[in-house]
Amino acid sequence: MARRLPQGGRIDRARPIPFSFDGKALSGFAGDTLASALLANGVSTVGRSFKYHRPRGVFGHWTEEPNAILDVTRDGRREPDARATTVYLEEGRTLAAASVNAAPDAERDRLAVIDAFARFLPAGFYYKTFLWPRWGLFEPAIRAMAGLGRLDPGWLPAAPAAPCNRACDVLVVGAGPAGLAAARSAAEGGRSVLLVDDRREPGGVLLWRGGEVEGQAAEAWIADTLAAIARAGGTVMSDTTAYGVYDHGLVCALQRGAEGAPDRLWRIRAGHIVVAAGAIERPLVFADNDLPGVLSAEAGLAYLRQYGVLVGERVVVAANNDAAYPVALALREAGAHVSLVDNRPAPRLRRLAEDGGVAVLAGERVVRAEGRRAVRAATLASGARIEADALLVSGGFTPTAHLYCQAKGKLAWDDALLAFVPGAPVEGVSVVGAANGVFGLAAAVAEARAAVAVPKSGGAPAARDPAALDAAPAWPNGDAGGRAWIDLQSDVTVKDVGIAARENYASVEHLKRYTTLGMATDQGKTSNVNGIAALAAATGRAPGEVGTTTYRPPYVPVPFSAIAGLRGGERMNPVRRLPLEARHRALGATLGEYGGWLRPAYYGPGDMTEAVAREIRAAREAVAVFDASPLGKIEVIGPDAARFMDFQSYMTLSTLAPGRMRYGFMLEETGIVFDDGVVSRLDENRFRVSCSTSHVAAMHARFETWRQDQFDPARLFIHNATTHWATLAVSGPLSRLLMERLSIVADLSDAALPHMAFVEGRFAGGPATVARVSFTGERGYEVSVPAARAAELHERLLAAGRDLGVAPLGIEALMALRAEKGFVVVGLDTDGTTMPHDLGFGGPRLKRTGDFVGKRSLFTQAAEAADRKQLVGLDTVDGAPLPRGAHVVARDGGRLRSEGFVTSSYASPALRRPVALGLVARGAARHGEEVTLRHLGRELRARLRPPCAYDAKGDRLNA
Amino acid sequence: MTGYGAARLLREGLRGHRGWTPAWRSPEPKPDYDVVIVGGGGHGLATAYYLARVHGVRRVAVVEKGWIGGGNTGRNTTVVRSSYFYPESVALYDLALRLYEGLSRELDFNIMLSQRGILTVAHTEMEMDVCARIVNAMQINGTDAELFDAERVRRVAPLLATSPGSRYPVLGGFWQGRAGVARHDAVAWGYARAADRLGVDIIQNCEVLDFIVENGACAGVVTARGPIRAGRVGLAAASHSAVLAAKAGFELPLHVYTLQAMVSEPIKPALDTVVLSLGTGVYVSQSDKGELVFGGGIDRVTSFAQRGNPPVQEAVISGLLEMFPAFGQLKLMRQWAGIVDVAPDSSPIIGPSPLPGLFLNCGWGTGGFKAIPAGGFLMAHLLARGEHHEISRPFDLDRFARGALIDEAAGSGIAH
Amino acid sequence: MQIFTCPFCGARDETEFRFMGEAGKQRPEGGRAVGEAEWAAYLYLQRNEKGPVREIWMHQPCGELFLLARDNVTHAAEPGVGLRPEGA
Ligand SMILES: Cc1cc2nc3c(=O)[nH]c(=O)nc-3n(C[C@H](O)[C@H](O)[C@H](O)COP(=O)(O)OP(=O)(O)OC[C@H]3O[C@@H](n4cnc5c(N)ncnc54)[C@H](O)[C@@H]3O)c2cc1C
Ligand SMILES: [Zn+2]
Repeated sequence: MARRLPQGGRIDRARPIPFSFDGKALSGFAGDTLASALLANGVSTVGRSFKYHRPRGVFGHWTEEPNAILDVTRDGRREPDARATTVYLEEGRTLAAASVNAAPDAERDRLAVIDAFARFLPAGFYYKTFLWPRWGLFEPAIRAMAGLGRLDPGWLPAAPAAPCNRACDVLVVGAGPAGLAAARSAAEGGRSVLLVDDRREPGGVLLWRGGEVEGQAAEAWIADTLAAIARAGGTVMSDTTAYGVYDHGLVCALQRGAEGAPDRLWRIRAGHIVVAAGAIERPLVFADNDLPGVLSAEAGLAYLRQYGVLVGERVVVAANNDAAYPVALALREAGAHVSLVDNRPAPRLRRLAEDGGVAVLAGERVVRAEGRRAVRAATLASGARIEADALLVSGGFTPTAHLYCQAKGKLAWDDALLAFVPGAPVEGVSVVGAANGVFGLAAAVAEARAAVAVPKSGGAPAARDPAALDAAPAWPNGDAGGRAWIDLQSDVTVKDVGIAARENYASVEHLKRYTTLGMATDQGKTSNVNGIAALAAATGRAPGEVGTTTYRPPYVPVPFSAIAGLRGGERMNPVRRLPLEARHRALGATLGEYGGWLRPAYYGPGDMTEAVAREIRAAREAVAVFDASPLGKIEVIGPDAARFMDFQSYMTLSTLAPGRMRYGFMLEETGIVFDDGVVSRLDENRFRVSCSTSHVAAMHARFETWRQDQFDPARLFIHNATTHWATLAVSGPLSRLLMERLSIVADLSDAALPHMAFVEGRFAGGPATVARVSFTGERGYEVSVPAARAAELHERLLAAGRDLGVAPLGIEALMALRAEKGFVVVGLDTDGTTMPHDLGFGGPRLKRTGDFVGKRSLFTQAAEAADRKQLVGLDTVDGAPLPRGAHVVARDGGRLRSEGFVTSSYASPALRRPVALGLVARGAARHGEEVTLRHLGRELRARLRPPCAYDAKGDRLNA
Repeated sequence: MTGYGAARLLREGLRGHRGWTPAWRSPEPKPDYDVVIVGGGGHGLATAYYLARVHGVRRVAVVEKGWIGGGNTGRNTTVVRSSYFYPESVALYDLALRLYEGLSRELDFNIMLSQRGILTVAHTEMEMDVCARIVNAMQINGTDAELFDAERVRRVAPLLATSPGSRYPVLGGFWQGRAGVARHDAVAWGYARAADRLGVDIIQNCEVLDFIVENGACAGVVTARGPIRAGRVGLAAASHSAVLAAKAGFELPLHVYTLQAMVSEPIKPALDTVVLSLGTGVYVSQSDKGELVFGGGIDRVTSFAQRGNPPVQEAVISGLLEMFPAFGQLKLMRQWAGIVDVAPDSSPIIGPSPLPGLFLNCGWGTGGFKAIPAGGFLMAHLLARGEHHEISRPFDLDRFARGALIDEAAGSGIAH
Repeated sequence: MQIFTCPFCGARDETEFRFMGEAGKQRPEGGRAVGEAEWAAYLYLQRNEKGPVREIWMHQPCGELFLLARDNVTHAAEPGVGLRPEGA
């Protein structure tokens, strides 16, 4: 059993920190990870495996950990699926860890019985059963068993950290010996350097392996190098994992917040990325190698040196390479009884180990771990059995070249090194040290320095020396019988790989998907290469022929909250706000989001229906004021403006006299109505397009595009003046009276200002434009003043009109008013098939001779089809309002068919009945016809009519 | 005995699983076939299966440049539904859903169709009206749909933020109960295995480079492993259909974009249905393994790089957290992308190509997983008979010249 | 995240740009007289070359269209080139 040694480690024994695991109170020290603290407390089973519920203990010591995945709740906030090896204990913060996939706890898991049926649940068993009667019957039970951690449903978001950007000449990933050396060289060479490392302390492998670097003791060398980097202006960020490489040198990194601070996303744009991320030790694969007490050898050393934890009293180290020797010696020195089982017949470090008191069994290998709940012994190929409470395995090292692969580097199999190593260089990316398969310390440091000597190079050819580790093949072959585990987190065995191979899931991608190998939260960091080797063996290929799966970001799981950053809440697609918002609120407006703007829906307390009716009455019988500020105001200026407008618009505009306005459509090239609006001709060479609120940006971009594409840009200028002006629409039979009281300096007489004309005048010492337009069908004026004067204008209008019964008008009332008139809202009463002739505006299509955007499309077969959906009005037959979204239906030999639908429907106080608009097949020719509607299974009746239900002759425009 | 089932698993379990045989062979290409299908995605494999099964055409090869299912079929977020607006679309996607409903048994392969329902949530009155419009259309067109109020939304997705204070308050939405998810790989593998048993040759690692054209008609394909002649050729290579079209002398109305998908670490069940928000454009479901599988907007830069970009990830993930604030405690485990082939109306293209003898099944864009059985069924009909099935007729390439686009986004305000 | 270079503003993040179309497409002239197929080709067909491509993009902040030569497989991008001849 693991225990804490009385001294040693980089922990602060003066600062004990309590925590709990599965409800038991335990204690660790500052500097501990949750995993080291669990081991120090002798906790051997930390959770249950995903599929078979086998007991599992800590295996690794850092991000590669497959087993110790726990639900960690700190200060009341849960992180499901936390990796115990990377969670630090922190003073002053509570930490409660719970095992996952185990009930009631890891020790006494009720579902442990599943393991007895494991032979019937091989890889992909679910593809072969649950066919009858249907999967849906079994799925809930399977789902409940699957999954790891538990979501805390009551979890509330905390303030996230804003993502940060940074640029540098050289980004070095990993502050091990290679990374430190590269960073120092680059910084001293005058380049801006950022060095990121995911641990709390820089030093990488030196932190537990120690040794001498460039003639200095590790500790001193790290300190000197860091000082040199700082002196040369470089930056070192610890606790920061570069997890993804994207286009053009963009690297995303996660900086973990300490002491409860939120995690932060960094977007780093680097001219040169130096990947010095080290290597991850591979397990050896033998029967029952998943028992608690089986750890990676590197982890055994790391726990000893970093945390003062001895993983066992009687330790078997099983290895195929030299890196395990220092591990064995260190554990021996710390007091353990250590045997080293080496599959190489004549390991060159044998004497060294034996001199240090380690028993070496050369040419031997472990074929089985013995024990029920934890390792008790190791059985060797010879049949020998060694008692052990810890079994440390080292099957060689896998370079951590993920970031190189994400940058589109291709790995190549190195048969001497027994590893996939970076192949052809990628511009702007260097891979150095162990990440590049260079396992010698001195060679790694030299390589790192050379790599940054040339800016942006892919790096010098690697000095890979197979002798550095002298690894011998030790691939899984399943010869020992029993269950030998390749992917601990996904519960994949050598046999599973065999089944996949037998069934011809022989592509490495098929293997992964069929067996789930490498798909767990560790993304196969310890298992992928063993899996590839097992598949290679089973299909008679070399690992290089099998190849790897694609490396994808993120390298480690990244909190959603860090990626989302500050984008949430009201900052998500922020609504746009009116200059008059405060006034609307003061008038008791209920605001709503319309076309991206926060606008008054209706005013006053109480029920919306009543408020809307009140506002409608004011507009029809007295006067009402509507804030139309978000309406687009895009100006087209220049000698070619008239020609441009004719080309842009469905209606001819060059014939418009200055001072006059015309309603019309803009079409897509496909002939579909893109937007409608009123165009004013300000002078010979200047037009203003008043497009709908939600189309302003798109309309501007569209004009720009055509301007540059089909016109002489020197003779045209497009200017978006939308937010310069605030516009108030004054509407109703008393509107002229109200306008006259406004003291606007302009001739507002009907002679000077007839319907669809405008004048430019002055209001309160500033410019003002007054236009005679109407969206309600009543006499109407639109007054535009600079946005800063909007409040004054609004106030004056309401004050001056009090005795006239003036009322502010919200969008809801306006929508009903325009529906009574049969005026469409593009996107509501039209859809992506609607052409102008469907809306009763067929004239220009047939009459206009010149070309315009979308013209040709108005004559396709579909455009000329007889059954096009056309705008109609609909009257209820029984008096009940017609629901929006109801469909007009026909029957084709018993089968229902939709002929269109209701797009707008409102109560009409003026008409004392509901009014509706819709798009209905052949609608224009069917006025008077009674039709059947369907809505949510109910049938209704309605009569089709022309769209305009109120004042069809338009007399009220001049009333 | 080669069938699947619990009894077989028991027997194999007792004898060490030695009796399993290849799910499909890896044959060498023959010099000629009646039909060659380019692309071993779901649509290509299903086409081969139905050709053999329904039409008795068994001299069929599926030629795949990589590994089967390695294109979008193995990269999608596995949502299946027939909640479409236009009758043409409903006919197509509902055919697919009906075939999916019987597919596990038909193929003797559990494709894990989980009809857990899809909920599309609306945040404004206007969106609610659109939902009603869609529900009515679906019901009229003969498929299942219900309009939900906020209360029913809360019942099927309790963790969804619905309060009026949220950026996207939920007023209600619409629901298709027969919709859900299925296991994408299993669909490809199930069709492959069943087609293989009917004699179809599935040829992997064999890229089609060109077409053999004789007398103005397509007479086969040129592959990296040599020419293969065929009476008829079906092109079901997703975005690469657009690239290969140039080799056949024509262009297709397709845009090629990147669509990303993301998964969280696995957790115990926390979401029992598929949820799509009209406000954020994000959709999410939980896989049987426990991961949240989600996606949203497209990367609108034409790319064949098959990888996604951070801005879209940030937008999609923040959208997800807006919908489900509690998911903020989870982590992104993996993210990937597919290259989607999007037609101007976001509807597929099924039908003859401008080159006689060459037929198209492409343009599935962001939503063709759900259509695989129908795409295969209709394409098989086309290849066997040389003419359209009535359901595929509206999806012919000629709709663009006729102006008869089938634009779901236009009709319903909802894309893919 | 790619970096494109607007010929007027310089190197900027791809999110500032909008794809407008493949370069070289001509709008058929003749209005209603244009053939159905020719018009549909103009509206909808794409060359869809894989690898090096020439496209028209708009840099949204300045509104200028320009020609961008890039590789849609490797994502290498050359600096954008203005559409108007020098001095015009
Ligand atoms: C991220 C993402 C999420 C999605 N989510 C959903 C969803 O939830 N629901 C849904 O219904 N749809 C979804 N889709 C869309 C769906 O995945 C696709 O529409 C569908 O899989 C298309 O199938 P396919 O067979 O046409 O194409 P693919 O599966 O892409 O198959 C095409 C095949 O052709 C091969 N090929 C290409 N060129 C050649 C050549 N020259 N020679 C030989 N072979 C070639 C490719 O390798 C590939 O295997 C999603 C797509 C993506 C990318
Ligand atoms: Zn610019």
